[in-house]
Amino acid sequence: MTLADTNTPQRTRTASLLRLARKNKLSAFGLLMFTLIVLASIFAPFISPHDPLDQNILDRLQDRSAEYILGTDTFGRDTFTRILYGLRVSLMIGLTSTFLAMVLGCSLGIIAGYRGGWVDSLIMRVMDMLLAFPTLITGLFIVAVLGANFVNIVLAITVTILPKFARVARAPTIALKEREFVEAARALGYSDIRIMAVHIAPNILGEVVVLASLWAAYAIRIEAYLSFIGLGVAPPTPTLGTMIRDGFNHILDAPFVSIYPGFAVLLVVLSLNLVGDGLRDAIDPKLRD
Amino acid sequence: MIGFITKRLLSTIPTLFGVLVIVFVMIRVAPGDPALAILGDNASQEALDAFRDRMGLNDSMLVQFGRFLSDLAQGSLGTSMVSGKPVVTSVMEVLPYTLELALGAIFFGIIIGLPLGIISALWRNGWLDYFLRVVSLLGLSFPAFLTAILLILWLSIEWRIFPVISSPTGGPIDRIYNLILPALSLGVIMVAYIMRTARSAMLDVLGEDYIRTARAKGAPGRRLILHHALRNALIPIVTVVGLYFGLLIGNAVLTEIIFNRPGLGKLIVLSLNQRDYTTLQGLMVISAFLIVIVNLLTDICYALVDPRVKLK
Repeated sequence: MTLADTNTPQRTRTASLLRLARKNKLSAFGLLMFTLIVLASIFAPFISPHDPLDQNILDRLQDRSAEYILGTDTFGRDTFTRILYGLRVSLMIGLTSTFLAMVLGCSLGIIAGYRGGWVDSLIMRVMDMLLAFPTLITGLFIVAVLGANFVNIVLAITVTILPKFARVARAPTIALKEREFVEAARALGYSDIRIMAVHIAPNILGEVVVLASLWAAYAIRIEAYLSFIGLGVAPPTPTLGTMIRDGFNHILDAPFVSIYPGFAVLLVVLSLNLVGDGLRDAIDPKLRD
Repeated sequence: MIGFITKRLLSTIPTLFGVLVIVFVMIRVAPGDPALAILGDNASQEALDAFRDRMGLNDSMLVQFGRFLSDLAQGSLGTSMVSGKPVVTSVMEVLPYTLELALGAIFFGIIIGLPLGIISALWRNGWLDYFLRVVSLLGLSFPAFLTAILLILWLSIEWRIFPVISSPTGGPIDRIYNLILPALSLGVIMVAYIMRTARSAMLDVLGEDYIRTARAKGAPGRRLILHHALRNALIPIVTVVGLYFGLLIGNAVLTEIIFNRPGLGKLIVLSLNQRDYTTLQGLMVISAFLIVIVNLLTDICYALVDPRVKLK
């Protein structure tokens, strides 16, 4: 096998992933849904005429109307606008932490798989320990101890999903390092770092990205849970979890105040799950849970 | 078998030890002085010193960790920084409620999820299968609080079948009655996971040679599915229940808060608000231990059902 050949498998891999996305209608639908949600949250000021922090006490706890598409909360703030701004927080925290966990987790997983021996045992043992904690409780604990702000919440979520990425990256690395193209790279005297970054990492990217979409859904849900418990980004910044918690006090007279933001969380999570689920079945039926 | 269990037991020791180190270090690197946090900014220097002395905060990290371990070996996780109550006592008081809730959720997950998963597999790629698959994806995307809120709205407020606040007191009947709604709400995610696992496990098994043989020998449909296929498909289902136990405990926290039920969730929120680090530390240790034990039990069940596992 020549070196030129070694590039083909990974290129076809990426191409086939895109083809699968087009073929799988549910995944495509999920992607469309997610894109729309992201765009709506980015262009929130242009979509809604209201300000997310503008209080209008005379219009408090109103149900849907032409003026307030999804009603108003306790302070008469427009729920629809607050959902759009809340989604910004959810997406920013969810995607940042998933990305960080992906980069760090995969690096650790690849190093563990490539090096083997005591490095492997050490890394994977630590990952197992992290996996022993219930994710939400770990997140709670970290945020409670360090303080609730953007950086700490991202850190907490990153730590809880990082070991999952490490596991996913490790297994294929062990198989890949025996392949001819890696051996060829080693024979050419490339450094281990270069082999891991240039020859191994791109080959596991497909699986990792698919799973990342599922864990991003998870990360967004954890953020909502944390802010529901009162460990979210500080008010007055609207977050979906805080909106649900505040609305829950009015569950009897104005249930819609907490239900609409709840459905917003559902929609984001569902869209990412749709993307990831279909693609995962397509790339490897064995990964199905 | 005994050899396998012993080996598996021994292998949990480093994990448990690591868990202890992580929890211990996390509490200690926390910014802010616990003495100041508990006693407030107006506390006198003497009071602060006395508190630090009493909690052993003046000793070196290593000494503190040693004390933490020796206390643990005697079954103690220290006393609450706020109430002075032993942490083990306050956790053990509420743990049964959370376990009861988790088991209830698993129960609903199995009685609803298993049949739906089997139906999905038998009608593979039919419209019913597609419908059920979308339902299961929806089920596992539902945030825990939204299921709880919707169930309260429908079953408690609209139809008045179940109480809004779940207070697990009184006789066993009352207790189960109070458990149904929270368990159902927590169980939605379990239904989704079990449905998916049951479907793929059944599909795997139905493709096996011995199923074809049984079919060729004229085994009737129902017997074929229940006797030959389902028994083997149960293995991954047992695993998935064990695997998602941690997720269940985490979600139980939210369910408990919404239904105002006693349990780990309420204790966590209380300790958070009071900055009661020792109780939090104990909660982390106990929940992590719980998960390690459930994983251990899952592995043992797995080995009992499938003798091939032991060979690996």
